[in-house]
Amino acid sequence: MLILECPYCGLHADETELAPGGEAHLKRFGPGSSDDDFEGYLFMRENPKGVHFERWRHANGCGKWFHAARDTNTLEVFGTYSAQTTEPPQDIKDKISARRPGWTWREFA
Amino acid sequence: MSTRLAQGGRFLNRARKVNFTFNGQHLTGHEGDTLASALLAQGQMMVGRSFKYHRPRGMVASGAEEPNALVNLGSGNRLEPNQRATTTELFDGLTATSQNHWPSLEFDVGAVNTYFSRFLPAGFYYKMFMYPRAFWKHVYEPFIRQSAGLGRAPEPHVRDEDTYEHFYAFVDVLVIGGGVAGLQAALTAGRAGAQVLLIEQTAHWGGRAPVDGGTVDGKPAAEFVDAALAELRGMKNVVLRDRCMGAGVYDHGYVLAYERISDHAPGPAGPRHRLWRLRCKQVVTATGAIERPLSFAGNDIPGVMLASAVRDYAVNYGVSIGDRTVVVTNNDDAYRTAITLKGLGLEVPAIIDARAGGGGALADEARALGIRVETGKAIAKVKGAKRVEGVAICAQAGEGAVLEEIKCDAVAMSGGWSPVVHLWSHCGGKLTWDDAQAMFRPNADLAPTGAAGEAFVIPAGTANGYMGLAEVLADAAAAGVAAAKAVGAKPKKAEAPQASTPDEAPIEPVWLMPQGADIKLRMKAWLDFQNDVKVSDVQLAAREGFESVEHAKRYTTLGMATDQGKLSNINGLAILSDALGQPIPQTGTTTFRPPYTPISMGAIAGEARGKVFQPIRRTPLQDWHEGQGAYFEPVGHWRRPYCYPRGEESHAQAVAREINQTRGSLGMLDASTLGKLIVKGPDAGKFLDMLYTNMMSTLKPGRCRYGLMCSENGFLMDDGVVARIHDDTFLCHTTTGGADRIHAHMEEWLQTEWWDWQVYVANVTEQYGQIAVVGPDARKVLEKLGGMDVSKDTLPFMAWADGELGGIACRVYRISFSGELSYEIAVDAGHARALWDKLLESGAEFNVMPYGTEALHVMRAEKGFIMIGDETDGTVIPQDLGLDWAISKKKEDYIGKRAQERSHMTDPRRWKLVGLETVDGSKLPDGAYAVADGKNANGQRNVQGRVTSTYHSPTLGRGIAMGLVLNGPDRMGEVIEFPGTDGKTYKARIVDPVFFDKDGEKQNV
Amino acid sequence: MKRYSVFAVAREAARYHTGWERAWKSPEPKKKYDVIIIGAGGHGLATAYYLGKNFGIRNVAILEKGWLGGGNTGRNTTIIRSNYLQDPSAAIYEKSRSLYEDLSQDLNYNIMFSPRGVMMLAQTEHEVRGYLRTAHANALQGVETRFIKPDEVKKLVPIINIDGPRYPVLGALWQPRGGTARHDAVAWGYARACSDMGMDVIQKCEVTGVRQEGGRVVGVDTNRGAIDCDKLGIVVAGHSGVLAEMAGFRLPIESVALQALVSEPIKPCMDVVVMANTVHGYMSQSDKGEMVIGGGADGYNNYTQRGSFHHIEETVRALIETFPMISRLKMLRQWGGIVDMTGDRSPILSKTPLENCFINCGWGTGGFKAIPGSGWGFAELMAKGSSPLCDEFSMFRFREGKFIDESVAAGVAH
Repeated sequence: MLILECPYCGLHADETELAPGGEAHLKRFGPGSSDDDFEGYLFMRENPKGVHFERWRHANGCGKWFHAARDTNTLEVFGTYSAQTTEPPQDIKDKISARRPGWTWREFA
Repeated sequence: MSTRLAQGGRFLNRARKVNFTFNGQHLTGHEGDTLASALLAQGQMMVGRSFKYHRPRGMVASGAEEPNALVNLGSGNRLEPNQRATTTELFDGLTATSQNHWPSLEFDVGAVNTYFSRFLPAGFYYKMFMYPRAFWKHVYEPFIRQSAGLGRAPEPHVRDEDTYEHFYAFVDVLVIGGGVAGLQAALTAGRAGAQVLLIEQTAHWGGRAPVDGGTVDGKPAAEFVDAALAELRGMKNVVLRDRCMGAGVYDHGYVLAYERISDHAPGPAGPRHRLWRLRCKQVVTATGAIERPLSFAGNDIPGVMLASAVRDYAVNYGVSIGDRTVVVTNNDDAYRTAITLKGLGLEVPAIIDARAGGGGALADEARALGIRVETGKAIAKVKGAKRVEGVAICAQAGEGAVLEEIKCDAVAMSGGWSPVVHLWSHCGGKLTWDDAQAMFRPNADLAPTGAAGEAFVIPAGTANGYMGLAEVLADAAAAGVAAAKAVGAKPKKAEAPQASTPDEAPIEPVWLMPQGADIKLRMKAWLDFQNDVKVSDVQLAAREGFESVEHAKRYTTLGMATDQGKLSNINGLAILSDALGQPIPQTGTTTFRPPYTPISMGAIAGEARGKVFQPIRRTPLQDWHEGQGAYFEPVGHWRRPYCYPRGEESHAQAVAREINQTRGSLGMLDASTLGKLIVKGPDAGKFLDMLYTNMMSTLKPGRCRYGLMCSENGFLMDDGVVARIHDDTFLCHTTTGGADRIHAHMEEWLQTEWWDWQVYVANVTEQYGQIAVVGPDARKVLEKLGGMDVSKDTLPFMAWADGELGGIACRVYRISFSGELSYEIAVDAGHARALWDKLLESGAEFNVMPYGTEALHVMRAEKGFIMIGDETDGTVIPQDLGLDWAISKKKEDYIGKRAQERSHMTDPRRWKLVGLETVDGSKLPDGAYAVADGKNANGQRNVQGRVTSTYHSPTLGRGIAMGLVLNGPDRMGEVIEFPGTDGKTYKARIVDPVFFDKDGEKQNV
Repeated sequence: MKRYSVFAVAREAARYHTGWERAWKSPEPKKKYDVIIIGAGGHGLATAYYLGKNFGIRNVAILEKGWLGGGNTGRNTTIIRSNYLQDPSAAIYEKSRSLYEDLSQDLNYNIMFSPRGVMMLAQTEHEVRGYLRTAHANALQGVETRFIKPDEVKKLVPIINIDGPRYPVLGALWQPRGGTARHDAVAWGYARACSDMGMDVIQKCEVTGVRQEGGRVVGVDTNRGAIDCDKLGIVVAGHSGVLAEMAGFRLPIESVALQALVSEPIKPCMDVVVMANTVHGYMSQSDKGEMVIGGGADGYNNYTQRGSFHHIEETVRALIETFPMISRLKMLRQWGGIVDMTGDRSPILSKTPLENCFINCGWGTGGFKAIPGSGWGFAELMAKGSSPLCDEFSMFRFREGKFIDESVAAGVAH
């Protein structure tokens, strides 16, 4: 039963208020892209046993989408942040590195 | 015989008698009794039969760990099977029956199994009942199923008369367990100012300490309990709840607590159970420990009981289990039972201590009381069948040669104590094996971690492996300090009161008694009393290669009974480890899963049942529909009228009448459930161009356009009419089920992909009522109401206008899903009923009548309009449906466009939409497939199409259908075959999907 | 191998069951095998069994990180049915179901297949139409199902609340030869049979690397040393992504928690399996008497084998509406398993970019019922390079957009 802090309204939202939205920081491939890129974008999702970046919507709350950095094996939450970014902010990355030494952004990709 | 003692019983109010029945027999107990203690007081030791061999079963324990004393409680709508007698507080009028026997508890035919037990070892059913094959279904399995289960199944028509509720609470520190450790931890955390919730599963505070003796600050433990309670009750930041069990610990500090509010005093008022859904910063598990049985032959015979339980019944309930109780132990604690019994004037013929060195101070005390103590001895065998008659004594070190037989009617056994680590373990807390105390205890370094990655569960007292009163209180105080600190309170140094108990000699692990017991004895030495798992069964499992603890458990069913192995798991684990020749920690434990003890389904469901199970969404016109006796169908969370039958009309007749009336003159539809999304902002047009396959940015204000929406995976997901309200404002209609989904879809793209686009979306579905006025006389009725110009010139097809009708402000869309002249009128939800009534009144001269969803469906099918969910199923792209005209060729991109370029999407062999007419005019069956020649590689009949919608058209007087067919549009006129599931084959001709008014003259007038 | 029978049990009883041999041996790994299967769950063991039985390939090792059958094989609600809509699904699930019919005799191990019938309730008009479609498809696929009316539903399941009130039962898709089986026994029976064929079932053997040369697989590294092989089958359910990464390719898979629960055992009261998809719950009664209940999966990636309690709440709530008499029963135990979800929720049985390396994964919530059929087809794929049962389940189908989507019956409300 997760609790995530919505970075928009500041509430510590119970999982029942939230709608999960899958992997974060997807790069969209549209018309003109290769089959490889398009398949990768739509189906080849990160599925790490460990640090994961994902999208959530505060669906039964303020309605905003946000991002969370979470460990899928321990359910530790390193932080939540705006959905309007193409990669995690530095403070989140630093926090993960502190908690999971040796970890680097996208090393699992 | 067990009986009530003349005196004693700290829980009893002897002044008040309580009447109850057991197996129809009228009995009395006292206020304060449990069902178990009251039955024992009446000499009723045997209370049930075991699962497999139907062996007689009596109480073994006095609390939640009891595996045997399960009864059917109550009857009819209040029947509760498998209720544990040891945790059932007695109340006036309680009725209970014993379980798993026929015809009676005393004489049970199933008990014949015990004579065959030699043929029914662990896992026997995996090796038998296979031949002849047909016998499994007709003979073996029915027989096995008939012998299944324990408690009585409630009758099929039963409806639970009680109610249940959920509570939510946020607490700093949750302390689970109201024994001395829990009280002390709560005191320490409470004094530090933390918000504390302290819960206790029984009706009594203080746990075992008042029974077990010892002093705190020089006074009896019971006085410490009273003082602690008084102080806690005086703290504003502390809440105490009894009859409230910690059921499960989940991730991020979520804890379930199960409060049995009125089980002890059933009545009509208030909920029976309350499920607490707690969010805790810190959880202290002061859940105590459970005594282990010893494994010796005949340890399952009624009258053999845990030593602590014998003591509990005597001290708490004034009940003696027998006149002559032999105590058998491998530790000092059981001596307390002997001393207690002796003090009550009961006989203790001997204490059989398996330890060669015997016990400590308590042993000296026992000897001083004149009790015979035998060390290095064991029970070879218990004599008796339905009741203990005596024990045969042997050397623990030997193989069971009988040295002596002692007559007795009860045996009090103790194999040591296991901390209750369930709640610690639920969320990932790890255990460590404590060799000195022969127990698994929490490994503080591997605690469950919460959202921040920090430990959030702290074990305390005996639950943490501390057995002496002094160290229990010290540990609990430390736990209270740690918890308080973790939540930001400022505790003083951990100060525990000074406690003292007699010094104890160390336990010696004894997993089998005697240690060299032969196979005949091992086949009589029970591990799991309810499921009939014996020492020999676990050894057999090991021999056959079921070496993992999970294999052994599953193969033998050890620990899978309703007590979930509270008494049996560690003993079984030790036997398994011994059989494998490896230390216990190497074998490991099975996983602890919630709940700690079973909790009612009713409590889990809570209030949300019956009408509020899933509240029905209501349109502003719902009352009217209900008043008309409409037949409803569930659509999403709505209920929409399917049709409005009149008199003796069938549904089909009603639908036909509604269609004929609408096509002939005038009908009305409550379209309020349609989704309505306002999309507004400078980039709204650009955004909708990405959302829809069509070009929306070119739509003129005042006009409407039908649009298609696809998922990024290319499949058609929704459709509807878009109206441009202003330059920067659009109103998008979605399907009834689609509003929330499409709203979320739009937000997702706006917030996570195109966040720099200036667009807002608002879901205004429920702000408006929407009424479709449909039919050749539609314009007349609106003109009759008056207030705005709805003429063809001012308000042509696919235009909209704001205005008022009959004095009610509204917005009128000239759109049609029926092919008729049609106006959809949106009004403020609060005015919808008034407008509906005015329309009915004005329409009376045209014989206006409402039509339901089925008429809507038939009319759209007559026109060849697709329906999301019928023509589409998540695998269909717009191109399949001949909707290429709605896909903009000018746009570089829209959601789903790239996906539709993939090889399978452009495959010319994709099935395409066509109309289908049966050759004989009948209706094609729903969901039928068109067959092709031959079979595929897997032997399945080849197919070439399928029916997506099929109706009887009252307008055309024949069956009409739409379907997806291989190369369909190129095969007009061809007849293909649809085998029905009714044995008939339906022949249908491929035709144009527009069956009625192909040129659209009716809607464009 | 000593055959199991009532006579064998009687014979052993005479000597107090001291003569039973190990159900499967506990060998040390050899240096090389023709085929290595990673994962001794039901699917991996069944694959090995049919490699031996159908193709004579017996120099096979099945490597298991923990204990055999310890993953989802032993954590599911044991439902067996084949009333699927799409041809490829119906083919493999029906092959599986038909193999279950004789599996006890085939393996000489009673897996207690109980074809008591499975029904899927239709509780909206839309669901009625969806199941009518499935019934038509099944008839052409050789799957015995039919759509039944509410009165027949009530007759088969007296404890059901047919009138709603929220969602009345409008009918059901009924598969009379669907049912349940004893899940652990399926793994144990296959393991015993594999061991008997001379295959090595090696537990507590964790694969740490996949070795390749020139684009072909040549072996694996394990915590018990390197082992060579000609062909490799990866059949590891919740950990497919991790193994695929070792083999150097990615999978269209996400892992989520699925939960189930059982009640305390009561006397028999429900003879069939009932699935109620509108309210998301299903229930059957085990041979022990427990009501076995399953519901929805979490929507987020999770490897903890613990789920969120609100799913349990929703499921129990739905089932009390459907079967009101369970209100006073008690939940004995809840648990979770990690399931692999693919892009179309259908499995992958496929060649991989690494030559001679094959993968079987992505069974989502439906793996148990597929074990024999999956093993049968995957063995053929591994032995021959192609199998009609598997070919549509290629991992490359996502690129082409050629999905096998079974959620279509659910569709959307209109």
